[in-house]
Amino acid sequence: MTAQDVRSALGTTRAELASATRLQPPTDSRSEAVAAPSGPATGGGATGLAGVPLSLEPLTRKDFTSDQEVRWCPGCGDYAVLAAFQGFMPELGIKRENTVIVSGIGCSSRFPYYVESYGLHSIHGRATAIATGVATARDDVAVFVITGDGDALSIGGNHLIHVLRRNVNLTILLFNNRIYGLTKGQYSPTSELGKITKSTPMGSLDNPFNPVSLALGAEATFVARTIDSDRKHLTSVLRAATAHRGASLVEIYQNCPIFNDGAFDAMKDPSTSADAIIPVSHGEPIRFGVDGRLGVVRDPATGAFRVVDVAEVGVDALAVHDAHAADPSFAFGLSRLTDSGVLHRAPIGIFRDVEAPTYDDLAREQVALAAGNGSGDDALQGLVSGGDTWDVR
Amino acid sequence: MRQVHTLDRVVIRFAGDSGDGMQLTGDRFTADSAVFGNDISTLPNFPAEIRAPAGTLPGVSSFQLHFANYDIMTPGDRPDVLVAMNPAALKANIADLPRGGTIIADKADFTKRNLTRVGYDSDPLTDDSLADYQVHALDLTGMTIEAVKRFGLSRKDASRAKNMFALGLLSWLYHRPTDGTINFLTAKFASKPDIRDANLTAFKAGYAFGETTEVFAVTYEVAPAPMPAGKYRQISGNLALAYGLITAAHKAGLPLFLGAYPITPASDVLHELSKHKRFGVTTFQAEDEIAGVGAALGASFAGHLGVTTTSGPGVTLKAETIGLAVMTELPLIVCDIQRAGPSTGMPTKTEQADLLQVMFGRNGEAPVPVLAPQSPSDCFDTALEAVRIAIKYRTPVILMSDGYLANGAEPWLVPDVASIPATDPEFTAQTNATDKAGNDVFLPYRRDPLTLARPWAIPGTAGLEHRIGGIEKARDTGEVSYDPANHEEMVRLRQAKVDGVVREIPDLVVDDPAGPDGRHAKVLVLGWGSTYGPIVAAVRRVRKTGRQVAYTHLRHLNPFPRNLGAILRSYDRVIVPEMNLGQLALLLRAKYLVDVHSYSRVRGLPISLSELARDLEFEVDQLERTDA
Repeated sequence: MTAQDVRSALGTTRAELASATRLQPPTDSRSEAVAAPSGPATGGGATGLAGVPLSLEPLTRKDFTSDQEVRWCPGCGDYAVLAAFQGFMPELGIKRENTVIVSGIGCSSRFPYYVESYGLHSIHGRATAIATGVATARDDVAVFVITGDGDALSIGGNHLIHVLRRNVNLTILLFNNRIYGLTKGQYSPTSELGKITKSTPMGSLDNPFNPVSLALGAEATFVARTIDSDRKHLTSVLRAATAHRGASLVEIYQNCPIFNDGAFDAMKDPSTSADAIIPVSHGEPIRFGVDGRLGVVRDPATGAFRVVDVAEVGVDALAVHDAHAADPSFAFGLSRLTDSGVLHRAPIGIFRDVEAPTYDDLAREQVALAAGNGSGDDALQGLVSGGDTWDVR
Repeated sequence: MRQVHTLDRVVIRFAGDSGDGMQLTGDRFTADSAVFGNDISTLPNFPAEIRAPAGTLPGVSSFQLHFANYDIMTPGDRPDVLVAMNPAALKANIADLPRGGTIIADKADFTKRNLTRVGYDSDPLTDDSLADYQVHALDLTGMTIEAVKRFGLSRKDASRAKNMFALGLLSWLYHRPTDGTINFLTAKFASKPDIRDANLTAFKAGYAFGETTEVFAVTYEVAPAPMPAGKYRQISGNLALAYGLITAAHKAGLPLFLGAYPITPASDVLHELSKHKRFGVTTFQAEDEIAGVGAALGASFAGHLGVTTTSGPGVTLKAETIGLAVMTELPLIVCDIQRAGPSTGMPTKTEQADLLQVMFGRNGEAPVPVLAPQSPSDCFDTALEAVRIAIKYRTPVILMSDGYLANGAEPWLVPDVASIPATDPEFTAQTNATDKAGNDVFLPYRRDPLTLARPWAIPGTAGLEHRIGGIEKARDTGEVSYDPANHEEMVRLRQAKVDGVVREIPDLVVDDPAGPDGRHAKVLVLGWGSTYGPIVAAVRRVRKTGRQVAYTHLRHLNPFPRNLGAILRSYDRVIVPEMNLGQLALLLRAKYLVDVHSYSRVRGLPISLSELARDLEFEVDQLERTDA
């Protein structure tokens, strides 16, 4: 089958679906708050997948489950994320064969093997770079990147910030377990300072990254944080992330039961979670804690956020989250409420969700625009011959 | 009336400060000579610094052009004419000029300060130290300023046109046509009428100066060279490579995706490809070399022709991703425009020392086909072939050009695009097996029995969803496998697939005409890549002395042509000239157990044909003596 055949086959399929089922860009692509009602994705909020053909038949979780035996450690947070992902994918309504999952190296990067779709388990740190090629080459596939804290922030740190600044249309699931699992327990770039591990018996010496702050510093257009064990929240964040057209970074707090067990216990333990999780939701005052006794205020002079007793400042003084602010400073300020040491408290939700042109759309536009000047054999002959020729007889 | 001497060939070297426009001057003289019908070969030579301190030796930029009435193979070892725009240019180049050679110098720049700066105690133009040469010390700057003063430019801007004055003078001296340069300047400076007119005026003034003064008693003619009939143009290696990649993708019906990071001397391929998006070319200037090849491989996975262009240091960085392409068995083109190494080395100088890196510079057994063009225009054909192999065998292919080919230019018989055969990427759209339960299934690593290539099923193809990656694959299914027997089988399969590319490779032909006694040569010269020109030129020179010497040239470095071993064994001595310390020689010795003689030169410059010819004569004579 030639390239032409395949492309025309794909084209025909798309044509069939055209106005009836194809996702159309809405006027406002920004997804609403995490608490948005669930339901099948339709044209309404899903410009992130505009161009991806819809499945003619409804798919189920089973359709996205491959025949491979899942081989993570018992109790690994990756199982929960995989289950949430497989449960969520049918909701998008896109054709399964138009899904591409690219991963790097690490425990979580085995993810593509377990999802029945096109998948590429690549090399350490480079998934975002490879996925950039996939996303730029094809506007008709939904591209997901599966990566971890070591993969994305250490060896692949450069590619991560660049894919974010370019705003390539793909969704990055960053599994952050704050440890190196696959290599058996060295500290990672998100481990807290002083972390005792096999490679740091006297404690780690380097300050950790806050992935959300890093992404916002790179002016990522969609940045969110969620937790492996909160399937509802995880799914709602995935929904918003895929709806977003551009690079979406989703940090997932993910427990490693073998090498860093309990790293997120403060957020998961029902007795502490209310005071540990600061839920951020666009348009809502930022309030949390048992009975909503805590809140977040923003210092008008410095723009810095701090946690206060609501009783002391009053509800009206609380900061109202603005995920759509053009300037990332607001979201960045919020991200600084995350503990950098042992995690006792962190904001969870969508920090930033703004519309901006994507690299891949613009790149394809340039190619399409240029093709208007003719691209057949004659045009190519003209190029190859050039202007200054001479004839030998 | 002036005398006109007819010459067969001339080598001119234009030398000046990096800011003096010597590359442009050389380019224009080349273009005019090519259009006139001479055969041409060029060697640009410039510092890596963009603007090295003016007037210093490190800041000297030069452009050597060889033009002739017959087919020439090299830009020439030594110039007949040296155009020196300042004392530094004279000092840096005089050693290459044979006694009796012509020097045209801009005496305006030979001030005490400039002379001292480069270590001249006295002015060589006047102190008789150049008595063995024909020296024409002319005030090129002064005459240029005088000629263009009516355009009201500053002295500095006006003097910048002196390269065009020099070009005009040389054009007159060698009877070059002038229309090409006039049209070129008119177009280039269309938006700056003052600059355009100043350059045109300087060019014409230089020409008129030659005509009207008595400085030059003799002018020279070099007749057009006989060439096969057809339409010709001048082309450099990097341009030919870019056109070849575009044409190959076009002929395969695939969009071309270039992922690249700027690096000397490969950046011009990125520049060129980015101008031709109309042919479905996407160019991605990545954040680094690794992302460049990564994105290209991602694009290949998605059904485009993934290409990355780089030089040696970039190949090092891309090694892991090339290994992934070997494992995932996806088409990928990696162009290594070699430069002098190791490390940063000499970025603007040429070398062939990446061969072993390209062959073996990856972890594990990671074979890739390797091809090397032999001349600037051959980059076009080699790109076509590399793409055909990559697609047919689902493999990364490495194309090894070098700085000499990249920037050097020669006439090129323009190919007929329509007659270039198409390549079918043969995307898979159907399942290719049946499982135990009788269901149709897709096995992403089931191989074509002949080529051993696996199917290329791209995203969007229903029913063929599959996962690939860098972990060892189970045969047929492509599933993760740590099975020892499977690993050995897969390692051997990947090797066998690349070895099998030999069926695409024609037998190597040796050029070895029989002598008067019907006997053939005892010495064979075997080269690869850009040493082709110097080797053929040297062989011709040796043959003119009545000695016999054979030569052949490798385009395919992996796999080697089928008959290579037999050829090596049929000569008493095999000499392998390379711009490295004997990398091909090492491969040949290892594979064929033949005692080939390595001939190494690593100066950052093409191998000198006269030196090689002399050494070959010695070898031939030595063997004859041994026999006698």
